[in-house]
Amino acid sequence: MIAIIDYDAGNIKSVEKAIQSLGADCKLTRESAEIVTADKVVLPGVGAFGDAMNKLNEYGLVDTIHRVVDKGTPFLGICLGLQVMFEESEESPGVSGLGLMPGKVLKFSGKEGLKVPQIGWNSLTVKTGSRLLKDVYSGAYVYFVHSYYVDAEDKADVIATAEYGETADVAIEYGNIFGCQFHPEKSSSIGIKILNNFVNL
Amino acid sequence: MHTIRVIPCLDVDNGRVVKGVNFVDLVDAGDPVEIAAAYDLAGADEVVFLDITASSDGRKTAVELAAAVATKLFIPFTVGGGIRSVEDFRDILREGADKVAVNSAAIKRPELISEAAGKFGSQCVVVAIDAKRTTENYTGKDVTDIPDNDTPRAADTGGRWTIYLNGGRVDTGIDAVEWAKRAESLGAGEILLTSMDKDGTKSGFDIELTAAVADSVSIPVIASGGAGREEHFAEAVLKGHADAVLAASLFHFKELEISDVKSYMRSKGIVCR
Repeated sequence: MIAIIDYDAGNIKSVEKAIQSLGADCKLTRESAEIVTADKVVLPGVGAFGDAMNKLNEYGLVDTIHRVVDKGTPFLGICLGLQVMFEESEESPGVSGLGLMPGKVLKFSGKEGLKVPQIGWNSLTVKTGSRLLKDVYSGAYVYFVHSYYVDAEDKADVIATAEYGETADVAIEYGNIFGCQFHPEKSSSIGIKILNNFVNL
Repeated sequence: MHTIRVIPCLDVDNGRVVKGVNFVDLVDAGDPVEIAAAYDLAGADEVVFLDITASSDGRKTAVELAAAVATKLFIPFTVGGGIRSVEDFRDILREGADKVAVNSAAIKRPELISEAAGKFGSQCVVVAIDAKRTTENYTGKDVTDIPDNDTPRAADTGGRWTIYLNGGRVDTGIDAVEWAKRAESLGAGEILLTSMDKDGTKSGFDIELTAAVADSVSIPVIASGGAGREEHFAEAVLKGHADAVLAASLFHFKELEISDVKSYMRSKGIVCR
């Protein structure tokens, strides 16, 4: 069973429906016992960094997520779910993230007349050899909705970047930890392939 | 590279796509879920569903539509039609829609835009505008009373387009460009701009209208109404400064393929997915 962490974040049903379309068994839940024993765990998210961390703390899920990661369960963060895996964000100064990965979340500067938030399709520059982006090639388009982007400290963990005024780290992979800034559940066949890669890990 | 979006629009009545669709390989040519999935395969960047169900169940059918579509469509989609309240936004977004389009209700009560944007974020609030050129002797005197909306009237500003309520039946006298600016300031994330003069003519988008609105706001503008050939789409972007282009029957009747539109736009230097 794949546990999709339900912490009042928006749009989690799309993630659930996309995973179900692959024939995988999944469940929206905030029960710690259920999440810790799941085969895989997904942390979705739309909203603000601070609000998300408050909710994860309120529901006692921070420790749960650390236990999941420590026992080697494949863990995928999507959009804000990727951002909170890092240490801190310019969106919510003073709020600690989950700290699963070293690095920060920065705001797009909006230079070159680019609109912030970035809403729409953008192309990936993919590093070969990752499991999450298996058979996904550079130039593939995926769908983004975000104002903040990840700047990972260890670029060896970054498996894809995208250009939007800045070079954003938009997919990461480190052991059993995976993340993507874009929405695979809204990225057509490419996104479904990425979710399928995760489901079949 | 950020891309210009091509968006098919589907009118849905009581859960069924209307206005005739002749996708040859579909089992059921009236099923919005199947048609939308076919558009995903055809290269659509998003899909817009307008629920035109006239009954009082309108809102319920829009929610059910969003729920059904989200099981099979894995690109962003917008649901509009009969949206009146923040609760309508919540229910439709919760079922998996990415955006909600609001038209008449926002004209009658503009605060709906700020309430929805405050609660769910600007990115999911699309303000749909039906605009029509004003006639020369327009006085603004026969305007329907819209007490809550103090956006300037076209008659007072020298504006050239007014916006219409209730699916284009009632002229509000409100200036289209002023209304778009007001919608942005209230928190709208996108404008879906339909030219009533051009709609159905296949003679091209209203480039003047599109540019007037797109140049006045900094949020994306979707050009709608009048598409007939590949050139029209490129023109809406290059001259009308649209961020996205929308068409309905043209795609439904396979008069043009989305891939053809995109190939043509690319040949004109427009970046598409």
